[in-house]
Amino acid sequence: MAKKQNFISVFFNGLIVENPVFGLMLGMCPTLGITTAASNGIGMGLATTAVLVCANLLISLLRNFIPEKVRIPSFIVIIASFVTMIDLFMKAYLPALSSSLGMYIPLIVVNCIIFARAESFAFKNPPLLSIADGLGMGLGFTFAITLLSIIREALGAGTIFGMNVMPASYQPMAIMVQVPGGFVTLGLLLIAVNGIRKLIEKKSARKEAA
Amino acid sequence: MNTYFVILVSSLLMNNFVMNKFLGICPFLGVSKRFETATGMGMAVTFVMTLASFVTWLVNEFLLIPFKLQYMQTIAYILVIAVLVQIVEMALKKVSPSLYQALGVYLPLITTNCAVLGVAILNTDSGYNLPESTFNGFCAALGFTMSLLLFAAIREKLALAKMPKWMDGFPGALITAGLMAVAFQGFGGLI
Repeated sequence: MAKKQNFISVFFNGLIVENPVFGLMLGMCPTLGITTAASNGIGMGLATTAVLVCANLLISLLRNFIPEKVRIPSFIVIIASFVTMIDLFMKAYLPALSSSLGMYIPLIVVNCIIFARAESFAFKNPPLLSIADGLGMGLGFTFAITLLSIIREALGAGTIFGMNVMPASYQPMAIMVQVPGGFVTLGLLLIAVNGIRKLIEKKSARKEAA
Repeated sequence: MNTYFVILVSSLLMNNFVMNKFLGICPFLGVSKRFETATGMGMAVTFVMTLASFVTWLVNEFLLIPFKLQYMQTIAYILVIAVLVQIVEMALKKVSPSLYQALGVYLPLITTNCAVLGVAILNTDSGYNLPESTFNGFCAALGFTMSLLLFAAIREKLALAKMPKWMDGFPGALITAGLMAVAFQGFGGLI
């Protein structure tokens, strides 16, 4: 990369520019699977962020010791260890959240975001930058799935974080918290995000021309 | 025999991995642009998922339970799957180069397909015995392949259709998948 990287730029790159859900289309399974309630979204997002930061840090520290040929199995072991820790931690301290996320917690292991960042960023960059990348990507993921789950919960159950937000006469659309609602909401959200991106690009292009 | 029939129908129609459980979405969206590649991916996944269900059951029964290591389940399973994918890749290269050519690109991707780890965890959670686990792995993979092929066929047609510019690519694919999921919801309560 030609541009000089620092902590802040790497962080915002993950959070906004290359947002893992809206930009890179990674980590689709939890994105669609658990976003039926806003609390699930935040819980899943933060759990993934924790794993991402820890795994990025450790992989970046070990990047000079791991031989190129066995890097994939090493990544898997490192990521799986952190996921197991988070899983046990959540079972002990957040049993309600843990049971509502169910098998999606062990499935953080196969979330492509973590793998992709380990391979394309942490393995090539120093620890501090890798932490920034993990935080940015993780919070970007958290932001995206929380947004998605807020929309789905509001329309599908009439609540956000369990509080009523819709007028009493509102009939919840059950389909929004079911499978089709997940696909369609994400599709519509992507259209909106792409639209906003185009607008920003146009604006900055005009600024450059002027 | 009854259990097997229930497993077959439910994993094809009612508990389809992609359409009802949201597992394996990444390959579902990623390799469904062309019918041919989707076929290759489906075959590779079916192969690995069946094998993985078989091996993870053995690992759970003879390693994790006797040594009281169930909390290591995630690590053990993902390692088994990664090793299995590697072995399958090497074996295919040696035994059937033509099949390897067809599936080769997709094999490494399977390690991070959450349907494979998902089916292993589900098998353990539902307490299936060895033949049931293996059969469940096979059927779940069939269900995955079926929805992948259906979706790929739709997308191939869709590529020729006139779509609004803002619907092109992923948004259009996601909304198509949503409509497909509505159809699959109709199977709910079949058994």
